[in-house]
Amino acid sequence: MKVLRLLVMLMGSSTVLYAQDDLLNELSKQDSAQTVPVTATFKSTRVVNGQSVETMKKKHLDFRISHRFGKLNSGAYQFFGLDQATMRLGFEYGLTDDLMIGVGRSTSQKVYDFFGKYKLLKQSTGARIMPVSVTLFGGTGVATVDKEREFQDKLYYTAQVLVARKFGERLSLQLSPTYLYRTMPDVTGDEKVVLAVGIGGRFKLSKRVSLNGEYFYTAREKNTVTAPYHDSMSFGVDIETGGHVFQLHFTNSLGMIEKQFIGETAGSWGKGDIHYGFNISRTFSFDKKNKRQPN
Amino acid sequence: MKTHFFRVACLAMFSTALLSENAFAQMFSTSGGNTKFSASTPLENIEAENKKSQVILNTANSEIAIRMNMRDFVFPNKLMQEHFNENYIESEKYPTATFSGKVDKAPDYAKDGDYDVSATGKFTVHGVTRERTIKGKMKVEGGKITISSDFEVALVDHKIEVPKVVFVKIAQIIKVKAQYVLSPKK
Repeated sequence: MKVLRLLVMLMGSSTVLYAQDDLLNELSKQDSAQTVPVTATFKSTRVVNGQSVETMKKKHLDFRISHRFGKLNSGAYQFFGLDQATMRLGFEYGLTDDLMIGVGRSTSQKVYDFFGKYKLLKQSTGARIMPVSVTLFGGTGVATVDKEREFQDKLYYTAQVLVARKFGERLSLQLSPTYLYRTMPDVTGDEKVVLAVGIGGRFKLSKRVSLNGEYFYTAREKNTVTAPYHDSMSFGVDIETGGHVFQLHFTNSLGMIEKQFIGETAGSWGKGDIHYGFNISRTFSFDKKNKRQPN
Repeated sequence: MKTHFFRVACLAMFSTALLSENAFAQMFSTSGGNTKFSASTPLENIEAENKKSQVILNTANSEIAIRMNMRDFVFPNKLMQEHFNENYIESEKYPTATFSGKVDKAPDYAKDGDYDVSATGKFTVHGVTRERTIKGKMKVEGGKITISSDFEVALVDHKIEVPKVVFVKIAQIIKVKAQYVLSPKK
């Protein structure tokens, strides 16, 4: 009896296999075991000021122009801050799909900054499930504005572990534990080390527009004589237009590098020390090998 | 009683074997088919290639099915690839493009040669299914069947929207080139 049942099953299964309407199903059966990576957790390599888990892809160059204007509460005479502009120019390049490097120059404190970012884990579904993306960030820089200082005393270092998850199509959230070390803080008596945790996220309003927010909690005394600083908080809108990403935002930080917006945010949202600013990012592909495919 | 069962079993097994022998020889397939498309404009070169297209052809009744994962389309510009998946094709919602139909006038699959063919069936991209007849060429040679086809896909036919504020323009008609080398399915 068992044998018969087995045979019926065998025949049954073979009939299913050759049922002619099911050719498509036959194909889809073949790749049920695929790992599907979660892409585009953020539109850009920045959430607002802070780094996002995204890196530049291999042989892709990002040219990035960032501006922060003066304080909104500076009045009509200063055109609500627009009379002053602080800027950073940056080039960022993907060495591999997971490893990128960047350089930048800020007008604020005349800082040259250098950094590297490495995608350690990538969120995925399907055969292999990974709940979050994890990217490591390491940065250093030299603030050249103070000519009296020894070179050593102009340096700073930043290390971050960026952990992000994309919840569905619209919402992405990120946690960014941060270690910041200044060999010589700008204000005497300020601690050399600043520990901080950033929380950031984006909410997609449409296919090309998203609302972004970011807050860095620093574990230190705030608004004191030795550390006259506040936590950095920023809100913005990302608009994607093909090769460009425009990020428009309001923030209480003037600087655009970790040392400045995490360690030295002087503005307070409560007092209206809010800077309007934007990042414009333009990506170029240098992947010449694939550029023109023979037709 | 026992011998009776045995006999039935033997018969069943034999017929299954015969059936499958026939059926297997009729099936030609590949999972490494090449599908390219171009949405280039005078300003921008937008091209992508999918080397993992799956195709299966039943030569007994000329039924054919094609399936590809949209995420397997590789663009030289990764930003374009991201836009393609995220904004245009919406790969999370509509992960595959498929065609399932029938070759209209079946060529003699047993005889080597070049044939002009067309296939009619359901063509699905971006979750929108259209009944289409797609022309192509079929080459039978050395126990392999090569199918190649050039055809066009209009964005509007598949509700693929191009937002107005896009700097990188893409063509409204996408040119597709497909080449699939099918071998007998084991």
